[in-house]
Amino acid sequence: MKLRNALGFVVLLVAFAAPASAQSFLSGDWANFYHEDQPERGPGPALGDYLGIPINAAGRQYADSWDASRLTLPEHQCRAHVSPYIYRGPIRVRITEDIDPGTQSVIAIRHFLSTYAQERIIWLDGREHPPEEAPHTWMGFSTGEWIGRTLKVRTTHIKQGWHRRNGLPMSDKTTMTEYFFRHGNILSQLSIVEDPIFLEEPLVKTTNLMLDVGGPNQYQAWLFCQADDEVPGRDPAYVPHYLPGQNPYLTEFAAQHGLPVEPTRGGAATMYPEYMQKVKTMPIAPAPRRQAP
Amino acid sequence: MPTTIMARGSQLLPVAVVAVAIAVGAFTSTSGQAQGNAAQRRDQATLRTLHVQGNVHLVVGAGANVVVQLGNLGSVLVDTGTAQNAERVLASVRELTPRPVRYIINTHSHADHVGGNERIGASGIPLSGRGVAQVGAGNSAPRAEIIAHEETLNRMSAPSGSAAPFPVTAWPTATFSGSHKEFFYNGEGVQLVHVSSAHTDGDTLVFFRRSDVIATGDLYSTVSYPVIDAQRGGHINGVLDGLNQLLALVIAGEKTEGGTMLVPGHGRVSDEADLVEYRDMVTIIRDRIQDMVKRGLTLAQVKAANPTMDYDGLYGSAPGWTKDQFVEAVYNNLKPPPPASRE
Repeated sequence: MKLRNALGFVVLLVAFAAPASAQSFLSGDWANFYHEDQPERGPGPALGDYLGIPINAAGRQYADSWDASRLTLPEHQCRAHVSPYIYRGPIRVRITEDIDPGTQSVIAIRHFLSTYAQERIIWLDGREHPPEEAPHTWMGFSTGEWIGRTLKVRTTHIKQGWHRRNGLPMSDKTTMTEYFFRHGNILSQLSIVEDPIFLEEPLVKTTNLMLDVGGPNQYQAWLFCQADDEVPGRDPAYVPHYLPGQNPYLTEFAAQHGLPVEPTRGGAATMYPEYMQKVKTMPIAPAPRRQAP
Repeated sequence: MPTTIMARGSQLLPVAVVAVAIAVGAFTSTSGQAQGNAAQRRDQATLRTLHVQGNVHLVVGAGANVVVQLGNLGSVLVDTGTAQNAERVLASVRELTPRPVRYIINTHSHADHVGGNERIGASGIPLSGRGVAQVGAGNSAPRAEIIAHEETLNRMSAPSGSAAPFPVTAWPTATFSGSHKEFFYNGEGVQLVHVSSAHTDGDTLVFFRRSDVIATGDLYSTVSYPVIDAQRGGHINGVLDGLNQLLALVIAGEKTEGGTMLVPGHGRVSDEADLVEYRDMVTIIRDRIQDMVKRGLTLAQVKAANPTMDYDGLYGSAPGWTKDQFVEAVYNNLKPPPPASRE
């Protein structure tokens, strides 16, 4: 989705947003539901599926080199998802507010994210973002402002992560603008992710969450992850990856779904409806050869 | 008459108010301008600082990152930036602490890291009598002690009769030749770890153990590919060995972020996850070029194959170290040596 279209979408949503019924506007427990991109949220995306992600050539080469075995390295095992990605996983979000006891104004909104027990703070007190040389975190540094009943959030200082968890990289130069708006018991998040290193155009996504009242506590306040030696005896300096042209899995997704290969390689063009006409003229990927049992 | 006077006074009142307002405005404007100028002068005289963790701070913008450990005994600096920025580094350190600089530790011998040694060293006072030894080396007063690996001293100095790249007052005064050196200072262990043949042959990691901060020198950067100074003993495989050695020292904090913090030679403060991305990148590019060398590709063919394309947006535009220079350095490190000539 082009950025101007996304912003137009925001304007419409803000204009037609229904008033919230809950006493606290965004606070509460929010559960995900998986009507959008279920494979992304459950089992995970297929290798070589870059469809609909506006990646550039650099992002494509990075992903083509990526070997899922990299996740077996001890230093990779406990990594969390970054804030531009984490809301699309299996997740529950507990939203609370920090109140200034003197003025009773909201200083910050907190999102406690069940996945990787991440805590995200959205500052509303007008503070500045940290300087360039400050550390980056999985959630980044977020500041927010209210536009009517829509919360606009800007996030910087995010660690390198991924746009899709099949190796499509997200750089640490990424910034994200979000709009949170509530329609009764549904909370919608619109995120506009700008990555000058690996994206051709902003990646725009919407995610819906459902108010979950009175359910059992499904959170834990801590995450203890201890990396194990998953491949004993391996050289600790070894980094799994494919050399250029040697990744055997890049056409598997296209073949399994009867698609041409080209659209599965991603890029901004693959986001737009008119691309479908072009896809119809492309040859279908050959079915993968299976070895006899 | 009073009435008249009052009348005249009341007529004059608005004029007086305006005059006072103008005067006050002019004063406040002048005062504000003066304050602005003072702030500007102060900004020009100092550099930005950032608290990293524990006792450790970072001075930004000196040509290379300068790390400062603070404490009651006086400060320790890891690297001193360029000579041109020495006064600003010193002013920035003085804003952090009134106590003197006791030690300077150099991570390697490049001018953007040791250029301020002479000036900042002269401002310092050694903790013990050891610095007095420098008086005998031609100095008129004790100076802060400068610690570095022996190879760094070798690169900064020259044999008698030859011109040294740095003045004698900038040279390290306490060197170590093994793999480690350690001392306890300002309430924490300070561990110096030598990494051989990486960025240069004198690279040293400086680990402030209680603060849990490591100054990495140019072994690690968030803004460039590894600079391989082959003339000073650098090598791509040494860089990778060093990055893995560094990774072994680092322990990520809760939820896999924070914990041991890293201050690279250039770029932003980092933790384990950032280092892992960098180590992965260097390994992958080394492996790609290694494969091309094995297949007999020439340097021109390797460059044409663009083995760094996925990372160029992050690391390929550093001033003074292009991606082509990096590829060429790695290629030269990995290409087979020419066959020995037979006489």
